[in-house]
Formats: sequence, C-alpha cells, structure tokens
Amino acid sequence: MWRRFRHSGAGVAGVLVLAPIVVLALLAPWLSPGDPQAMAGPPLLAPFQDAVFPLGTDRLGRNVLAALLHGASASLIVAAAAALGALFLGTVVGTVAGFVGGRTDEALMRLTETFQAVPGFILALALVSVLGPSLASVVLAIVLSSWTGPARVVRSEILSLRSRDFVDAYRVLGMRPLEIAFREVLPNALPPVVTLASVVVAAAILVEAALSFLGLGDPNRITWGRMIAEGRSVLRTAPYLSVIPGVAIILTVLAVNLIGEGVNEALAGKRAAA
Amino acid sequence: MNPVWRIVARRLGSAIPVLAIVAVGSYGLLALAPGDAVDAYLSGGAGGDAAYVAQLRQQWGLDRSFGARLLAYLLSLVTLDFGWSVAFGRPVREVVLDRLANTLLLMSAAIALSFSLGTVLGVVAGSRPGSWRDRVLSLLSLALYAAPGFWLGLMMIVAFAVKLSWFPLGGIGTIGAPLEGLARVRDMAWHLAMPAGALGLVYLALYLRLMRSGMVEAWRSDFVRTARAKGLARTRIVWRHVARNALLPVVTMLGLQAGSMLGGSVVIESVFAIPGLGRLAYEAVGQRDVPLLLGIILAGTVMVILINLLVDLAYARLDPRVVRR
Repeated sequence: MWRRFRHSGAGVAGVLVLAPIVVLALLAPWLSPGDPQAMAGPPLLAPFQDAVFPLGTDRLGRNVLAALLHGASASLIVAAAAALGALFLGTVVGTVAGFVGGRTDEALMRLTETFQAVPGFILALALVSVLGPSLASVVLAIVLSSWTGPARVVRSEILSLRSRDFVDAYRVLGMRPLEIAFREVLPNALPPVVTLASVVVAAAILVEAALSFLGLGDPNRITWGRMIAEGRSVLRTAPYLSVIPGVAIILTVLAVNLIGEGVNEALAGKRAAA
Repeated sequence: MNPVWRIVARRLGSAIPVLAIVAVGSYGLLALAPGDAVDAYLSGGAGGDAAYVAQLRQQWGLDRSFGARLLAYLLSLVTLDFGWSVAFGRPVREVVLDRLANTLLLMSAAIALSFSLGTVLGVVAGSRPGSWRDRVLSLLSLALYAAPGFWLGLMMIVAFAVKLSWFPLGGIGTIGAPLEGLARVRDMAWHLAMPAGALGLVYLALYLRLMRSGMVEAWRSDFVRTARAKGLARTRIVWRHVARNALLPVVTMLGLQAGSMLGGSVVIESVFAIPGLGRLAYEAVGQRDVPLLLGIILAGTVMVILINLLVDLAYARLDPRVVRR
C-alpha cells in the first residue's frame, strides 16, 4: 500500500507540499511568538521590503507572516476535527443502516437524503448564528453538512459485505450483530472511506475560510479567511494582503486533494493486484 | 403512465417527507438561539418597557409553548405562508421571491459556464489521455478547484474591474439607468460575468475530471471498438459515442453539486453586492431574523430538489435504459 502510494506522482507531490505547511503550523508559537494580532511595525508595508516582515504588514501594522502561520494552525485544526467528526458520524450511521437493514435503514437513509437536500453552507450559517462564532461551532457546522457522503459509501460497502460467509461464521459463534458490524465488517469497509477523508478535509478548509471571510469565524483567532476579508478594504492599494492568504489556502487544499488522489491510486492498484 | 411523469411523481413524492423533516429540524434548531423575535425587533432601535415587551410576545404568539408554535408554523407552511420577516417588515415569502430571481440567474450562468467549459475541456483532455494538453488542463483545473470562490472573485475584481476596468465592481445592473429590452439583458450579463465566473470556475474542475475519466473508460469499451472497426471518423467517435456515454456521471454530479453551489453563491453574492438569496441568508443571520432564515433554508431545499428533478429528467433523456427499467 505504502509502496504503491510512493509511486503515485500526485500523492508524493501532495505530501511534499502539505508536510511543510503542517510543520510550520505546529511550530507557529515558536516561529512567531506572541500575539499575531498585535501591532508590530509600520502599516501597509509591502512584502520583500523588510527582513523583519518578509511578507509585509497589514493595515494595522500586523505582521502578515505571523498571521499566516497562526492562521495555518486554525485552518488545519478545524479541518482535521471536522473531517474526523464527519467520518465518525458517517461511519456509524452507514454501518448501522447497512448492517441492521429494514426500517432502521429506511429511516437513516431518509435522514441522509434530507441532509443532502439542505444547502450545507446555509445550514452552517444557521448553526453558527445559533451557537455563536467559535472554532467549535464552525467544526460542528462542517460536520453536519459533510457526514452524508461517508455514510452512503460505508452503507453500500457494508451491504456488499454483510452476506459474506465470515459474517455468518461470527453469528454462529454467538457474537452480537452490532459487535460483528463494528468489529469485523467495518474494518473491511474502511478503505473507500479513507479516500473520502481527503475530500472532507479539503471541503472543511474551504468552508471554514468562507465562514471566517463573512466574519462568522472565531473572533479571537486569526484565520486565512479573515485575513482575506480584512485585506479586502485595501484591495486597490495593497492587493497582496488578500493574495497571500488565498495562495496559502489553494496550496493546502491542492495538496490534500493530491494526497487523496495518491491514496485512491494506491487502493485501486491493491484491488487490481488482489 | 408516461415514464417522464413517473420520474416527476417519484421525486416529488419523496420531497414531501424531506421538506417536513427540514422544516421541523431547522425550526427546532433556530428555537435554540438565544433571544426571540421580540428581542431582535427591540434591539433594532424600537425599545420599550416590560409591559410592552410582554404585550408584543402575546401578540406575536411567543408566549405559547414550543410545540404549539411549531404546529402553528407547520400549518401556515401548508398554505404557503412563511411568516413575517422582522428585519424587513414584510412577509418572508415576498422577501424571498424578490431575491430568488437574481440567485437563479447567477447560479444558472455559473452552472452553464462550468458545465459547458468543463465538459468540452474534459473531452479535449480525455480524447488523448497522457498528452501534454491533458496534463496542463488537469493541473490547471485542480488548482482552480482548490481555490475559494470568493477569493477568485476578489482577484477578478482587482484584475478586471480595478486595473482593466472591463467589468463593473458589483451589483446586478447599472443603477438609475432606464434600460429596456436587449440593452437591459446586456447590462445584466455584463454585471454577472465576474460573479458567474468566480462561482463557475471552481466547479469547472469537477466536470472536467469526471468527463475525462469517463472518456478514458469509454474508449476501452466494445461499442467504441466496433465504431472504429466500422471506420468512423475519429471526431465523430469522440463526440457521438464516447462523449455521450461519459456525460452520464457528469450530469449526476450536477445534481449533487446544486446545494454546494447555492452555498457558494452566499459568499459570491456578498463579494459582488448582488441582492440575491445568498446575501439575504447572511443578512438574516446578522439581523437574527429567524422566520426569514427558516424561509431561506426551505426555499434552498426546494431549489435543490427541483434541480435534482431536472437532472433526473436529463439523465433519462441521455440514457433511455433508465426509463425502460
């Protein structure tokens, strides 16, 4: 699996881009100590002019590089938490629906269908307006709008697995149905979920950026979306303030998508070989 | 029964429970928000003493239990009454219908752009997989797919509105210009070019990649080999045989993306100051206008369901097997 992943050009390229971003995000408190929202220098300093502020400063004289590094950690935390939450919820719903079947399946699929029909971002707006803007409510909003994909994929995998002989064997052994479902069947259904993870992570980064661009992100944290929103008021004179965080978002999402493609290729190769 | 009507009946039949769940669910969710319509109304500058507040609550039916209010809301929905918008001081239905046309226009322009450009470029990339054209197109579309739509919009504003002055900064039409007929259409298209571009380009990659992989797959199938053996011209095989089959998953994706595109238009509409449904949702959140937000959620859901119905019909037309089944 790992060997195949290494041979896919897309996957390797993705890791090469994402790894430094993750490392920089983790090291942000040491690389740029102190509050990234504090005034650090003269306002609206263009990039590559001053060695102290390699990416320049914004309207209030805040260090753009520091904000970018701290914004990376906010983006990645939200994306990772939202992806974990969505995959967990989707996996549980999909497994129960697929394995139990009957009325339970019917009801859970109706629910999935309903969540798919509601425009996710508008649901997210409503949720954030109820819970107030914070990292946690942004994560919850993304989870609620992106668990349906994993749920459907897991369900169809489970459906194709549940009539296999090994399931009957565990039944004969006296294992409880849900125990069989989660301990024995689910692990076999996981590979396609892994490839969906990259889709959810990428979507989470973009939704978080859009929410904080609209001013509905965590007010105490600097995020890439908020940097773009703040740069907007000086778009004519200092477009770099919006360009830089946007490029950071593109690189991160692109890297995540490339990794997903690499995993996909590796899994497809494994299936073909098996 | 005519197969087309069967598709319509099935979709609309499943739409009713979906809409009911959405109505109950979002009503329950928004009821959890701190403060009610009276608070929102009074914080808008009206003010008043405790007796006035209590009187308002009674007048608006807010002193009743949650269940009673929910039931009243659902009953009024059946008569297509979506309630009263506190922020606008008008019925929610009117406010939503006023804004709906602009969003539909923006979304259809964006869908048309991403779908047509995406499928055509997908055919170009997929007709010779692995060529340099294929590689360049794939990489470019991936980069666009990773870009936030609102950021693309801002970059377009910098390039095409500020620097080059080709397009207007925002809005849906020239304010105060008494334009009629064709001139008005042209004016709107001129205003919509950048927002539709920003919204559509993000989804371009999706269609391009699906079309491309469908093309690669279809090339290997037997009927294409037959067509080649018959000696048909390459372009004819590409468009009539390969592309038509590769189009099926692309059409499905169109339906799946409808909701996400509506979400994308919330942000795009705020970037370009377009008075549409998306910006209305944002304003409803800002003004804590719960009935309005509920109405928008329901309108958005209806829109997604209708788009999926259209997609089903298009699918049946492209693939006659669907109808026969």
